[in-house]
Amino acid sequence: MSRLISIPGILFAAFAGLAVQPAVAETPSQILASVESSAKAAPGSKGFSAARGEQFFRTTHGNDWSCASCHTDNPAATGKHAKTNKVIQPLAPSANPERVTDPAKVAKWFKRNCNDVLGRVCTPQEQGDVLVYLLGIKKWGGHHVV
Amino acid sequence: MLFDYRSSFLLFAAVALLGGMMSVAHADDDDDESGHKSVVSNAKWQAECGSCHVAFPPRLLPAESWRAMMSGLDKHFGNDASLEAPDELEISAFLEKHASKRKHESTAKPLLRITETRWFTREHREVAESVWNNPKVKGPANCAACHIQAESGDYRERNIKVPR
Repeated sequence: MSRLISIPGILFAAFAGLAVQPAVAETPSQILASVESSAKAAPGSKGFSAARGEQFFRTTHGNDWSCASCHTDNPAATGKHAKTNKVIQPLAPSANPERVTDPAKVAKWFKRNCNDVLGRVCTPQEQGDVLVYLLGIKKWGGHHVV
Repeated sequence: MLFDYRSSFLLFAAVALLGGMMSVAHADDDDDESGHKSVVSNAKWQAECGSCHVAFPPRLLPAESWRAMMSGLDKHFGNDASLEAPDELEISAFLEKHASKRKHESTAKPLLRITETRWFTREHREVAESVWNNPKVKGPANCAACHIQAESGDYRERNIKVPR
């Protein structure tokens, strides 16, 4: 009897595990909230600012490249890899709804690109500033009035 | 608990994919590097390698080069291209399986730049310096600048269009 119960149980658990796996899709605000909770835990937390994010995005930080070197000054536009010329789809979710929906992808690119642009990981504060900047961009490149 | 599912799923997926790749027959033109259409493909390789440059066909380098490349992704020609371990494993296996089987020039260190292989220099010897320097090309890593079907693995002569 116990075997009859446990087999479907195991199958269900396996399928449930598979079902949630492929893309752990989240909304941009869920991802932002998780960055926010890390930022709040850090000393000197000051809330996120789109203006600070924009400034961060457009300026260099000691290395040759800024974020804008590949993503352009307008994250709603199509970018180009600064070295290979490979087309980079827009970063702003308003122009490219796939952006900021996969936490693993967000983490992967922050890690890589912060290493390239700053030579270190970005703090949750920096990530949050950039995210609110990106999430506030309208398709034509302006900002939402919040 | 969720994390356990996730890691075991990834492991399962990696093993399943590896198994799948191993069962693919050798009915491709692996050893022919002279610009034929590449038929081998792998979704992870395409997505990950292909996000910054054309996903270069595995047959363009020998297995030891791919091994060296994949073990240094955090410093990939000056950029951080690091991957999560399961993705790295899967892509490495794919690259090594379909790597060039030719006798490559024996160098102390495995060649990492496709552009430094004898094959590449020979195939591109007629390409003028001005073409490489064209801002639309930017350099030899940008295959798709001239090989207009490079994204789909097609490097055939008829699909070459040098930008002006």
